[in-house]
Amino acid sequence: MSIFETLRTAMRALLSNKMRSVLTMLGVVIGVGAVVAMLALGEGTKADIEKNIRSLGSDVLTVRPGQAQMGQVRGGNVETLKVEDAEAVGELPGILQVAPSAQASAQIKFLSNNVSASVVGVTPEYFEVQKLVTQYGAPFSETQVRGRRRVAVLGSNVAMKLFPGSEPLNQRVKIRGLSFQIVGVLAGKGEGFSSPDDQVLVPLLTHQTVLFGRDYITTMTIQVENENDLDNTKLEIEGLLRSRHRLRPEEASDFNISSTKDVLATVGQITGMLTAFLAALAAISLLVGGIGIMNIMLVSVRERTREIGIRMAIGARRGDVLLQFLIEAVVVSLLGGVIGLGVGAGIAFTLSKVAGTGFVLPLYAVALSLGVSLATGVGFGVWPARSASRLDPVEALRYE
Amino acid sequence: MTAAIQLEGLEKIYHEDQPNIAVRAVNGIDLTINHGEAVAIVGPSGCGKSTLMQLLGCLDRPTRGSYRLEGQNVSRLDDDELAHVRNRRIGFVFQSFNLLARYSALENVALPLMYSSVDNPAQRARAVLERVGLVNRAGHLPSELSGGQKQRVAIARSLVNQPAILLADEPTGALDSRTGEEIIQLLLELNAAGTTLIVVTHDLALARKLKRVVRLRDGKVEADGPPEQVLAEAPAGVQ
Ligand SMILES: Nc1ncnc2c1ncn2[C@@H]1O[C@H](COP(=O)(O)OP(=O)(O)OP(=O)(O)O)[C@@H](O)[C@H]1O
Ligand SMILES: [Mg+2]
Repeated sequence: MSIFETLRTAMRALLSNKMRSVLTMLGVVIGVGAVVAMLALGEGTKADIEKNIRSLGSDVLTVRPGQAQMGQVRGGNVETLKVEDAEAVGELPGILQVAPSAQASAQIKFLSNNVSASVVGVTPEYFEVQKLVTQYGAPFSETQVRGRRRVAVLGSNVAMKLFPGSEPLNQRVKIRGLSFQIVGVLAGKGEGFSSPDDQVLVPLLTHQTVLFGRDYITTMTIQVENENDLDNTKLEIEGLLRSRHRLRPEEASDFNISSTKDVLATVGQITGMLTAFLAALAAISLLVGGIGIMNIMLVSVRERTREIGIRMAIGARRGDVLLQFLIEAVVVSLLGGVIGLGVGAGIAFTLSKVAGTGFVLPLYAVALSLGVSLATGVGFGVWPARSASRLDPVEALRYE
Repeated sequence: MTAAIQLEGLEKIYHEDQPNIAVRAVNGIDLTINHGEAVAIVGPSGCGKSTLMQLLGCLDRPTRGSYRLEGQNVSRLDDDELAHVRNRRIGFVFQSFNLLARYSALENVALPLMYSSVDNPAQRARAVLERVGLVNRAGHLPSELSGGQKQRVAIARSLVNQPAILLADEPTGALDSRTGEEIIQLLLELNAAGTTLIVVTHDLALARKLKRVVRLRDGKVEADGPPEQVLAEAPAGVQ
């Protein structure tokens, strides 16, 4: 029998029992749908994060206090980095500029509006290194930082929340109960992950003395002159900071330096773990779907024993019968895979719209879901199909 | 000229490996049937008629003995070769019609053509359906046909690949006597047109219409000859 005829025969059998076919398909639809949705969401989030990290540029190193443990997870004392460390790093050759910053959370108030935001103490270099642009007003000047002035630049989201429909520039807000003048508003970056949109910037010295009374910094962002020297520069900075911190050779560094590349690698590592987890989930759900198909196909073969006998009596070869049932299983599974792909993509798209994250439907997810549903159909259809093809024509014809 | 069917020492033993339940359903049959003959097979219930027909129809293999179909020894063929014989060279008509319930009359008739990939299957099926007088029912499902009509569809299906030999195991068994007679009439017409015909029947009136009658008993040929001779001496055990 031609493959076209076999396909038609399979479609007829499936259509003649629509409800059962749909229910059989459901297992694969749910399995593939869940996997595709999660892959799309995962890839979307990953793309978001990567874009965010890349926006820093590849010529930037970030130094943070604490020991590097288990990849990039930090631990230990967080009070090890000082402004003087940043100044010393700035003296090294090959360094374009250094932006020390200190971060803490605080309540910001304007009249009755109240938001909780990340308050970051920065120097003028911070705007350049982080590539921040003000939409209104201007970045801090050296004088404002040295003079410990109570001025602030708002991230676009913070500005929107505190001043819905009014001009923030030159207004006064209260940070931890102290009055600050707004001298600028940042242009929105529109990214979801630790975005400057949700921050309030104040001069670093103001942050350290007036606001929080701490003398350490939480981040040092360093822009190098030549990104090809990044690794060398990194080593030099490490040596300098270690000697400044009087660390003995056997002691671990109480800070860690990461480049954009390092962070991207970590993100890739985490996404890789997530993908492996999803793959296991996919395997389980498709296993369940596949067993559903096998179960229904075995019942179907039993039910249609007589039909098989008739087909054999009029000249169907064992191979024809095998193919007929195998294709039936594959059609169910593949159709379930296609529908699952659509459902999963739809769910991911809707969720990404709701959550405001990116939506990416990776080609490999499409290929994977179709390939795996095809394999499921073949894998779980072959046994029932074989048992159908091995029936004895005389016995099958006698079956009631 | 070679015979259509030539059997020598044909045996079919069910469960031969388990002596206490072994059944010698066909127990050494020698039989030659020539092209164009019309043969009735009669005998008491359980004497092995259906078993013999299954062997003749290549649905089953003999335990022992040889079966030559148009000179070719088919008892040694593999599964695919037997399927090919069933598809092309032998038509089989069953007592219970054995039509596919979800396929129309025309599609049922065309079914053997699906397994032999010929051109214009629908056209050929329609021509055969015309021959059994059922073109006007081509689109009907078996459930929408009478018993006699179903059997006509089944006969059309058995003819669609123009086999040389037509086997029918109690083709009238599920029909009333008048309809049964019409079916036998149709089979005889096909025989007159050249098809070798072998019919198993319990109905001696129908058996009488065929030129040759073979009577079986306990898996063996008990009598073989023209109906006047074989059926006259028939013991009371045969209905
Ligand atoms: N698959 C089988 N396994 C075991 N024994 C069988 C099988 N098929 C048939 N038999 C036995 O073989 C013998 C012949 O059966 P068969 O069906 O050929 O008889 P029959 O002449 O067609 O009878 P009837 O007129 O009732 O149809 C019977 O005793 C039957 O019980
Ligand atoms: Mg019988």
